[in-house]
Amino acid sequence: MITISHYLAVSAALFTLGLLGVLTRRNAVNVLMGVELILNSANLNLVAFSRFGPGNLQGQLFAVFVIVIAAAEVAVALAIVLTLYRLRRTPNLDEADFLRG
Amino acid sequence: MTPEAAVFYVFAAITVGAAAVVTLARSLIYSAFALLFTFFGVAGLYLLLGADFLAATQLLVYVGGILVLLLFGVMLTHKLYDLDLKSEVTQFLPAAIICGGLFILLAWPLEMWLTLPRLGRVHLLGMLWQTSWATGSGRPPAATTADIGRLFMGSYLLPFEAASVLLLVALMGAAMIVRRRKDA
Repeated sequence: MITISHYLAVSAALFTLGLLGVLTRRNAVNVLMGVELILNSANLNLVAFSRFGPGNLQGQLFAVFVIVIAAAEVAVALAIVLTLYRLRRTPNLDEADFLRG
Repeated sequence: MTPEAAVFYVFAAITVGAAAVVTLARSLIYSAFALLFTFFGVAGLYLLLGADFLAATQLLVYVGGILVLLLFGVMLTHKLYDLDLKSEVTQFLPAAIICGGLFILLAWPLEMWLTLPRLGRVHLLGMLWQTSWATGSGRPPAATTADIGRLFMGSYLLPFEAASVLLLVALMGAAMIVRRRKDA
């Protein structure tokens, strides 16, 4: 019997793997991939609660909004990464220390 | 094992295994292609949850849009003759300890008792397996597209319009940020 806890466990695994990617990667594009994993895990939670919850569609609607925001976020973030690459010739985040005193 | 459980475990294994490759692979291209399989696995889980419209949206937006955008990002931030697109990793051990501990706290699936030196016997089971979720009647699997469309044009019209304005602003902002200025 697959309960809501099974879906939440998959979602927790996705979240921790995405967090690991965000924390350990130096490459900015790879950090963005970790952020996408985290957003997907949140979406999976929303859809699971929509399925097993009180029986309405609000969780799925919220997931659609999360997808929209993920698309906007990745467009702006890649623009910033490209600008960083133009200025510093590197995609690594820890070399973006322009404001260091 | 029921067929539903078998399909769930297959999709869950695809999703989590590909996500592990995304996080741990040395090559950026491997990470990007593993992300493709993660998105497919999540779309399969959506289908299993009866969210058909959302599964199609996941494939269209994530695989068709975001993943291609990320691949463009990989290609534009590396020199073309760079054959091995390595991604370096920093502070792996502390981050792995934090994330592993978080996963065990949240979702450790097997119930077990551990004897730890200071704490004595510890009951080890993830939080979400102990919680009794306030599940309701649930939604029987049925086509959702028409209902979602009605909700978007009805009670969720304002968030819908706000999301469209957000997309427009993000598009224009991204174009402005990457534009080459003439005076610079």
